[in-house]
Amino acid sequence: MAAAPDAWKPSNKILAWVEDRLPILGFMRSHTAEYYAPKNFNFMYFFGSLALLVLVNQIVTGIFLAMNFNPSAGHAFSSIQYIMRDVDWGWLIRYMHTTGASLFFVVVYLHMFRALMYGSHKQPRELLWVIGMLIYLALMAEAFMGYVLPWGQMSFWGAKVIISLFGAVPVIGNKLVEWIMGDFLPAGATLNRFFALHVIALPLVLLLLVVLHLGALHTSGSNNPDGIEIKQHKGPDGKPLDGIPFHPYYTVKDLVGVGFFLLVAAFIIFYQPTFFGLFLEHDNYIPANPLVTPAAIHPVWYFTPFYAMLRSIPSKGLGVLTLFSAIAVLFFLPWIDRSKVKSMRYRGTSYKVALAVLALTFIWLGKIGIGESTWIGDTYIARALTGVYFAFFLFLWAYTYFGWEKTKPVPDRVTMHE
Amino acid sequence: MNKRTFVCALLALALAGGPALAQEAPGTIYDAHVNLHDIASVQRGGRIFFNYCAGCHSLNYMRYERIAHDLGLSEKQVMTDFDFNGVKFGDHAISSMPAADAEKWFGKAPPDLSLEVRARGENWVFSYLKSFYLDPTRPVGWNNTVFPNASMPNPLWSLQGVQTAVFAPAKAGHDPQVEKLELSRPGLESPEQFDRTARDVTAFLTYVAEPNTYERDRLGLWVILYLVGFSLLAVFLKRDYWKDIH
Repeated sequence: MAAAPDAWKPSNKILAWVEDRLPILGFMRSHTAEYYAPKNFNFMYFFGSLALLVLVNQIVTGIFLAMNFNPSAGHAFSSIQYIMRDVDWGWLIRYMHTTGASLFFVVVYLHMFRALMYGSHKQPRELLWVIGMLIYLALMAEAFMGYVLPWGQMSFWGAKVIISLFGAVPVIGNKLVEWIMGDFLPAGATLNRFFALHVIALPLVLLLLVVLHLGALHTSGSNNPDGIEIKQHKGPDGKPLDGIPFHPYYTVKDLVGVGFFLLVAAFIIFYQPTFFGLFLEHDNYIPANPLVTPAAIHPVWYFTPFYAMLRSIPSKGLGVLTLFSAIAVLFFLPWIDRSKVKSMRYRGTSYKVALAVLALTFIWLGKIGIGESTWIGDTYIARALTGVYFAFFLFLWAYTYFGWEKTKPVPDRVTMHE
Repeated sequence: MNKRTFVCALLALALAGGPALAQEAPGTIYDAHVNLHDIASVQRGGRIFFNYCAGCHSLNYMRYERIAHDLGLSEKQVMTDFDFNGVKFGDHAISSMPAADAEKWFGKAPPDLSLEVRARGENWVFSYLKSFYLDPTRPVGWNNTVFPNASMPNPLWSLQGVQTAVFAPAKAGHDPQVEKLELSRPGLESPEQFDRTARDVTAFLTYVAEPNTYERDRLGLWVILYLVGFSLLAVFLKRDYWKDIH
């Protein structure tokens, strides 16, 4: 990354002077105009840049929210209403932040699913995937703590339920829960520390991880829908034949994705800001009350698949273990899936079916986890779906380890589907 | 909630048969059909709210000035028709009933209604307002089929009239269940007129729960139009840059 002696130099004298002392323009150039990405990206490749866009949105709107928010148990709830009613543009800033939080997960889930479709997690990008999973983990913590801040009923009871999960840790469980909350119940101390973690600690972690994620991406280069390495076919100039400079080609293409994404976001922000009670839940418009339990306690939609797993298992210890395993198993995906073929375009039919089943399982679990239904059958369905979820990974390992998968020949060069 | 409504409706149909089709089961959540763009309805709702509800219930987060601004009312109108507490135009609409006394009188201080519609939904509020009935066993003499054992008397009884409950024969070991509500003493308004009144109050509270609605609706159109233009430009720009990539 450091500028080599024959490196590119800006023609402007002042910029050249800066470049001699700090090769920042060359660095930027090497990661945009000089970064070669495969030319055959499709729709699924929008979500990485969109995640970055949402991250910036969350940080910028978050700064303005923090200016007006009062992180104390007595005033948090009313300061949100102050933002919504009295702060200039406060409602817009807050809705951008709340809609952004949910869309962050939409984008991240699609981004992860894209990896499974085209094998972007596989050799040589295992570390890229692991860093991505760490981002997902940090994002979950960030979103959970953010959801506690408005100090409504669901903030309080959601916090109580999720923090109490740590009570399942043997021996130190109860002490650990008290240590996290700083009290015997979620209280002012909890709110204050969650605010600190939400606005300082976790955003710093997220930013660092995003830099590492991009660093790892630009080291191995982007995968593509054909799952083949463009670096294997280089022209006389040393540039990949199937690669095009990220800038301007993908910057202008990503602008199209940004346009459509912002349209969807604008429809939600301006016309359905609570998104039918999914992004902003009804119970969270009631101030936190430790004495009144809401009829149904559940986390926001993006956690409900894992929450459904937890609830379907009658033992708390086993349930918590299942919940954490469901996330942990994803870290090992690059080593579970041993297929040499990356893209599902050339993989066995069973892989495609299994992937579709995994997606449906995840969505169905999410629906059950929201807990609108009190039908007892849902508990058994959730239990079965939890089994299906883990079976996917077991199947994938056996399928690829024992060579049961019948793959198709992989083309030498990328294919374009216009 | 919808499932419950559906089950209630099914039960009502099964029990009552054809002729009683018009009667809904008690506790039914009706569709409020609130239209916030019918400003007159929201204004009427405001007048009813401040005349009948605001004695006990506050709108802690709502300023009189904001109401005037959003609903197209003058300072004079709001200060004479809405503000009966004699507070300033820029102040919040807070009830003058002391919370400590209210708790003694009702068992629970009347809740702030600024966000009631956000918390419960407009259909719930509308149905709740329609479902009070006389119940001598309750401390305040009233009960409600949508929110059983609520400790709130019907503030709109003079308009709606007085409803009483008709009980179904009790099963052994169970309390008798309300079968239907009957208007035993008509009020100043006909049932149709009262529906409109309940809808107006609900419309006002829907506005109060989200006073930025009007600005949001107005601005949203322009933002979306801009983004459509932006997206189209982006599409053309992309096509132009990519014309040599095959």
